[in-house]
Amino acid sequence: MIRKSWWKLLSFVLLLYTCTYGFLVPVPSPAGVPLQETIRNLFFHFPMWIGMMVCYTVSIVYSVRFLRKPSLVNDIYAKEYAITGTVFGVLGLITGMIWANYQWGKAWSGDPKQNGAAIAILIYFAYFVLRGSLQDESKKARIGAVYNVFAYFMLFPCIWILPRLTESLHPGGRGTEGNPGLNPKDTTNAMRSVMYPAALGWTLLCVWIATLRIRVQLLQEKKLTHE
Amino acid sequence: MLAVLLCFTAQAQPASSEPVDFMHSNGRIYVVMAVVLAILIGLFIYVYSLDRKISKLEKS
Repeated sequence: MIRKSWWKLLSFVLLLYTCTYGFLVPVPSPAGVPLQETIRNLFFHFPMWIGMMVCYTVSIVYSVRFLRKPSLVNDIYAKEYAITGTVFGVLGLITGMIWANYQWGKAWSGDPKQNGAAIAILIYFAYFVLRGSLQDESKKARIGAVYNVFAYFMLFPCIWILPRLTESLHPGGRGTEGNPGLNPKDTTNAMRSVMYPAALGWTLLCVWIATLRIRVQLLQEKKLTHE
Repeated sequence: MLAVLLCFTAQAQPASSEPVDFMHSNGRIYVVMAVVLAILIGLFIYVYSLDRKISKLEKS
């Protein structure tokens, strides 16, 4: 599956569509929410988080698989999907800061979701530090797998739950409408016709990059065992 | 005819007197689109060539 071409071509087509029609699709400009053209970031900033969640989900699945059957392949998959998820999470943070700088006045406002996302990604950085600190391969994989499970479950309170319970600049906080990704007032059906393909396209690209990293690691392992 | 065109653009965009061709139209959004597409296509060429290189290594 990771060597098949169809889903990679699909990713390219979906992103071509996103990056062309995404700039042309009409966006609403309601009087109360002066987002103007920046709402188009829903096709770029928001899918970074979707890609991150998908990668982290795949990573924890392989971590659990490793704990049930300690094979090196499971560990490689878990680690590389965690790396790729973290890259996209950092991209989400950076693109969010760019957007926030011009929309909310400052790159970092201490907004609950900004803080939560930063904490969640720091928890994953700690996963890599933990792995790096252990010398023995099997211990590294096993302890890493257990920590990965914890890191995954921390995503939910940090990013999805707590920011909704307090006042927040992001949509979906207490006192605002919508959910953290979408405010129904800011989106139209035409925009949704770009947003869902964009999320899928970026996610597939994310997965493609992860699978390339995995294949390189598997090649290196094969080379090591042959020597 | 050029004078008419220049007068027309002078009224619509008092700051500049550039011709309103395709790339200059619509708030020059097509410039942004060209930049983003260049990045996207460059990225996909890179990832695709990596994929091919790895496939070649796996076959040998």
